[in-house]
Order: sequence, then C-alpha cells, then structure tokens
Amino acid sequence: MMKQILLVDLCREKDSLSRYEFVDPIAATLGSSGYLSMAIHFSDVTGDEMENYDKIILCGTALKDDGYQETLCLFSWIKQCEKPILGICAGMQVIGAVFGGKIVPQPAIGLEKMVIVKNSPLLGEAREIEGYHLHNYCVTLPDGFMLLAGLPRAANAFQHETRPIYGIIFHPEVRNRWILDRFANL
Amino acid sequence: MEKNEVACLITLISENPDSYMFHTPNIRHTDKQAEAIGIPILSWPTQGVKEEELDDLQAALVYAVEKYGIRGIVTGAIESVYQAARVQRICRYLDLWCFNPLWQIDQVNYLGRLLKEGFQVIICGVYAYPLDASWLGEELTEEVVDRLAGLQEKYKINPSGEGGELETFVLDGPIFQKRIEILGASQCYANYRGQFVIEKMRLVDK
Repeated sequence: MMKQILLVDLCREKDSLSRYEFVDPIAATLGSSGYLSMAIHFSDVTGDEMENYDKIILCGTALKDDGYQETLCLFSWIKQCEKPILGICAGMQVIGAVFGGKIVPQPAIGLEKMVIVKNSPLLGEAREIEGYHLHNYCVTLPDGFMLLAGLPRAANAFQHETRPIYGIIFHPEVRNRWILDRFANL
Repeated sequence: MEKNEVACLITLISENPDSYMFHTPNIRHTDKQAEAIGIPILSWPTQGVKEEELDDLQAALVYAVEKYGIRGIVTGAIESVYQAARVQRICRYLDLWCFNPLWQIDQVNYLGRLLKEGFQVIICGVYAYPLDASWLGEELTEEVVDRLAGLQEKYKINPSGEGGELETFVLDGPIFQKRIEILGASQCYANYRGQFVIEKMRLVDK
C-alpha cells in the first residue's frame, strides 16, 4: 500500500483560514505529481503516527502568525523521527530550533535571489535561484547541519549532516514546485 | 482570530484604467454588490499611479481599522506575486493579518467550483489575444470554463484572468441576499482590448 506524506499544519489555530494558503497548495502540488498527503494540525501530532507516513513536511504560517515559537516543546518528536522531513519557512525555523538553532528576526516579503552554495539531493547543484519569501524570522544554522543557502546567522536552506532533514525559508509552492517533487522522490 | 467576522468590503476606485494593482472595469458598481450581499463597503479613490497607489490602499486600510475595527484583510490573490507581496508589506506595516485563501489554487478547478457553488459571473473586460469582443458580457458556464482551459493550454492565458488577461463582475453568489440584474450595458473594443460597461442594473429578490 502506498504510504502518504504527512503535512503538519503549523498555523496557530486548527482549521484556520491560513490553512488554505499554507497547507492546501502543498497538498495540491504533491497531488498533481501523484503523491498522497494528509494534513494534521501540529497540536494533534504526537510522533507515534509517523510509521503511517513516508515523509513529513512542516508547512509555513501567515506572516503575523508566530505562535509556533511558543509551542516548540510540541515538536520534540522531530529529533527521534527517522523519516525524511522538510521544513518550509516556519517549519524550517521549528526544525532549526529543535536542533539548537536560534530563531531570529529577519523580515522578507517577495521574490528574492539566493545562492545555493552546496549540492544536495533536495535543491540540486550549487547555483542561483529565486524564491518567494514571506517571513518575519529565520533561524541560525544548528550544530550538525550543513548550510545550503544563505548565511549561518540567517539560513535560507539547510540539510542535516547525516539524516534526511531539510529546511527552506522560502515557499516552494510559489514558482519552485520542483522542490516538493524532489523531496517526494527522495 | 478564533472567529472571522467580515466587517466591511474595501474597493479602490482607480482613475487609471490600467492600474497595476487594482481591478477597474465596472469598479464603481461594487457598491451595488455590497448592497446585494448586505455588508458595508469602503470605496477609496486612487489615481492608480504605479507604486504610489499603494499609499492609497494603505490609507484605506487605516480608515477601515478606525471605522470598522478590522484586524486583518482577506484578498482574492491567486497567482500574482507582484500584488500579493505588496499587500503583505502593507499589512505588516499596519500590523494586520493578511489572508489569501485562494493563493496558488488551480484556476480551472476554481472556476468550476464557483459554478458549483452558485456564483453568477460575467466577463466584463478582455486585455489579451485571443480574447476578442465575443467574450464581453459572456456568462461563466462550464462551456466557457472549458474554452478558457483550452486557451491556458495553447496560449498560457490565466483562466481566471490573474495575469490581467480578463476581468469579471459577479452578479450573484451564495452570500448574496439579492441578485443583480443588468438592465443596460454597452461595449467598447479594439485589438483584443475591450470592456463590457454596465450602465443600468437593479437588485432582484432571490
């Protein structure tokens, strides 16, 4: 039986208006590539359900929604999870913070060019790409992670050194859907 | 925002018909739509000058905060990064929530969903080849959606007009308490650019 990709909804409230904007487009992109997904609000995720899924994506939130920063203790399951994980925007910040990085102010809105500094299974070869940013914060590079784009004090993309855990601060559902395809194919 | 109450509608009335940010065909008739829906509308003028028109949008939102106590806005942005990013920046500056529930939605599916949910929509502006005068005043139907989907495949046209290829006007929908009936209209058209101008209309019981 084909397993699904778990989409963790990081919006402050369950079934919020933001879910249509930050979770549904990820599900639609995966669906159009033939991948099944299931969305669950972060407050309902315990970590025990991970065996039911092939991969996990932590989705982004609205610009004004930084509630995830107050509930980081609910994400400790990430450290034990052995499945491939991709964090998008707020999701990247959560992954970074769980592994010891620091969430710091770094507002950005709109399309911005970024230099990918290292080859990776997620983003491919080192080169310049353009991504859609919508965030007030980013995260510093935690110990045990490699920088894929940005700076150690403000990472745009990172990868765990030994595990298939990735984070990107920009939104791949806007003009970079290939990144979701690559993650689904890992 | 545990519950979202719609306090008002906001329309920017642009003097420039080619505004980068704002819809312009029949825009003054949004007051009739607001009346049909039963929600107050805030109509705010702008000269429609590129980038400067954002100051007018910001002023309208400031006024809406003062008059209606809004804590956030909902936009219909689907694909336009240009428009979405600018609205997000204004909301950030004003500390307002910004919701874009249609963001990145599949446009053909979206048009089909409008029909399924009972929206009555007409095309009131065309601005790109091969959309000619025959499209003006056309009501959105399954057949029209199929034709738009075909144009998307062949010409990369955004079926919902998100790239400014076409503009629409809503006459009825699930939240309308009354529907709008057009009693008189005219057309102007040349070289794949034209408008269906509503000149007379009335509200009709549903």
